[in-house]
Amino acid sequence: MSDMDEQDLRAQRAGRGGSGGLRPLEEKGGALLRVLDWIDFRVKFRESFLPSIVHPIPRNTASWWYVFGSATLVCLILQVVTGICLALVYVPSAGEAWQSLVHLNYVQPLGWFLRGMHYWGSNFMVALMTIHLIQVFMFGAYKYPRELTWLVGCVLFICTLGMAFTGQVMRFDQDAYWGLGIGASMAARFPLIGQEVVQLMLGGPIIAGETLSRFFALHVFVIPGLLLGLVGLHLLLVVKIGINEWPMPGRLVTRERYLEEYHELVERDGEPFVPHGVTRDVVFAGIVMLAIAAFAAYFGPKGPSGLPDPTLIETNPRPDFWFLSLFSVFALLPPYMETALILTAPVVLIALAFLLPFYSNTGEKSWQRRPGAWILVIMVFLMLGVLTWLGTYSPWSPDMTAWSGAPVPVHYVQASSPLELQGALVVQAKQCRNCHQLGDGGGLRGPNLDGVASRLTRDQLIRQVLQGGGNMPAYGKNLSPAEVTALVAFLTTLHPAGELPARDSAVPAPEPAAAAGGTRPGDAG
Amino acid sequence: MAPEAQSQAGTRRNFLMKIGIAINVVAASLIAVPIVGFIAAALRKRSYQAWVELGPLSAFPAGQTRLATYQNPFTVPWDGKTSNVACWVRHLGANQMQVFAVNCAHLGCPVRWFPESKLFMCPCHGGVYYEDGSRASGPPPRGLFEYEYEVRGDELWVRGGQMPTLANPV
Repeated sequence: MSDMDEQDLRAQRAGRGGSGGLRPLEEKGGALLRVLDWIDFRVKFRESFLPSIVHPIPRNTASWWYVFGSATLVCLILQVVTGICLALVYVPSAGEAWQSLVHLNYVQPLGWFLRGMHYWGSNFMVALMTIHLIQVFMFGAYKYPRELTWLVGCVLFICTLGMAFTGQVMRFDQDAYWGLGIGASMAARFPLIGQEVVQLMLGGPIIAGETLSRFFALHVFVIPGLLLGLVGLHLLLVVKIGINEWPMPGRLVTRERYLEEYHELVERDGEPFVPHGVTRDVVFAGIVMLAIAAFAAYFGPKGPSGLPDPTLIETNPRPDFWFLSLFSVFALLPPYMETALILTAPVVLIALAFLLPFYSNTGEKSWQRRPGAWILVIMVFLMLGVLTWLGTYSPWSPDMTAWSGAPVPVHYVQASSPLELQGALVVQAKQCRNCHQLGDGGGLRGPNLDGVASRLTRDQLIRQVLQGGGNMPAYGKNLSPAEVTALVAFLTTLHPAGELPARDSAVPAPEPAAAAGGTRPGDAG
Repeated sequence: MAPEAQSQAGTRRNFLMKIGIAINVVAASLIAVPIVGFIAAALRKRSYQAWVELGPLSAFPAGQTRLATYQNPFTVPWDGKTSNVACWVRHLGANQMQVFAVNCAHLGCPVRWFPESKLFMCPCHGGVYYEDGSRASGPPPRGLFEYEYEVRGDELWVRGGQMPTLANPV
């Protein structure tokens, strides 16, 4: 390679450059610049990427609303870096993973911080990705000609949730172990091939060594490989098609004229992508990284919770935040539709997301004229929000320790008869409190017992206790007649002061005077 | 080069390309077979089941339900504690037993036994079962999964080895 060539090339570039892009490297530049130039002459980075770097984008896209995609990418890069660090110490073996996590937390210098970065980084990544998704949806950016960008983005979304789930398995504790059990139990609902799917998922007959290795391979090789490749494609599409312009109400997308209009827009009111389009991204990227580091430093890593020993059954498995809504769905779905929904809902939801840019391909982009988009986003947000909120305190789960840990409030047993006191004991000893609240403590599965006597008569209480029903087990075989008598005697005292207990409508109501020894009106005749 | 010779060379190159593609297809298929076979190795056995000892009968007093554990018969050395399996043994009397999987029939969480109210309760989605394993309330679509058992001398044996699910109820 002669010097002539290089000089020619520089002259060419100097002639071409200047449209607000990067300055061509100067002959008189420092040694570093000359080294870079020497490298670039061979790699041809500028030749390949300069057009993309300086390509004009609509001026109005330089907005804080456009920073969430790049922020998600920043999280991904951070996850790769912290993930590699963790892999230096973490042992992907069912027998030793938990110990290596504890070692990372307490022995390995700064291991706790890197675990925290990886955990909070994943939370930030899912959150920012979700905001990015909503922004893209509300700005109509998925419409012609950006359908493929949206499709790739959907796959990236699924991959990221896949990383969140498999990452939860890497934190190989009791939550991870029983989370895998839930996954396997769901897979088993496939008709005909259920058992095969379970064995393929677990790598064997039970959740054990090969299961963790499988999820490790998914979390560390398969899904990240997919993610990185697809992110490249996603970015390529963004650069090649151009960033979605700020949607103006009334400016409709048509297949015939859109490309022309977009071209006109960037000609008339465009700015080079770098630096104009990335300034806010750079600022926000820094803020995101600082925030993740701050969360990691302040809150630290999550878990590991208990040792993943399946014989330790005193456990309360809960999924990570992003899967709490699913956890709630499985508790609240009627049993008859559960299998059908587990098998079809994911397919239908993914298909709807994939098809969105095809049934809403052109037309209005602005959120100001798409009330349906608002309704959809608000509905989904409310639905997932409520389910997640329910998942945080899971009112459907029995409170396993309430029967021994939450005493009957004292004022309920003051001035009680011996029989009623005995009944209060039955309420505690027979685990009624695991599902029923009394005062402040107890489970939320069944109705609160504080005012039960104003809802049910003595006979109804007896029937409910013996036969159950309405999601309550029948206690007929588990309580002696004496226990039932005592229990119901106590329950009939549970009504607010000044409110009469429930009574059978077939029996005439006692007059307040009757209690004082007066005669009933009917007796006079 | 004469046009004829050129087209001949072109044909030769096309032919070589076809051969190349064919060799690649053959090689890829040959390699894919063991790769798929390797990944699906867990499927070679349709059912993993073996008789395992749960312990002496004296550990399971009549009229009571107790937690028992066994080591999964199909393990690798790095399974650690995960190769342990827990189950509930209910001794009805006269060596009549019921051995329940600890996994809830709904989505597999470990159920707990409450001897006072004679109920199994699940911590995840609120499934509840009676002492005989039948469903009492909550989302489970059926009762608890039950192991086959045998009394051999003074010992209780069960046929286990697989995570019980709706597709394979032990």
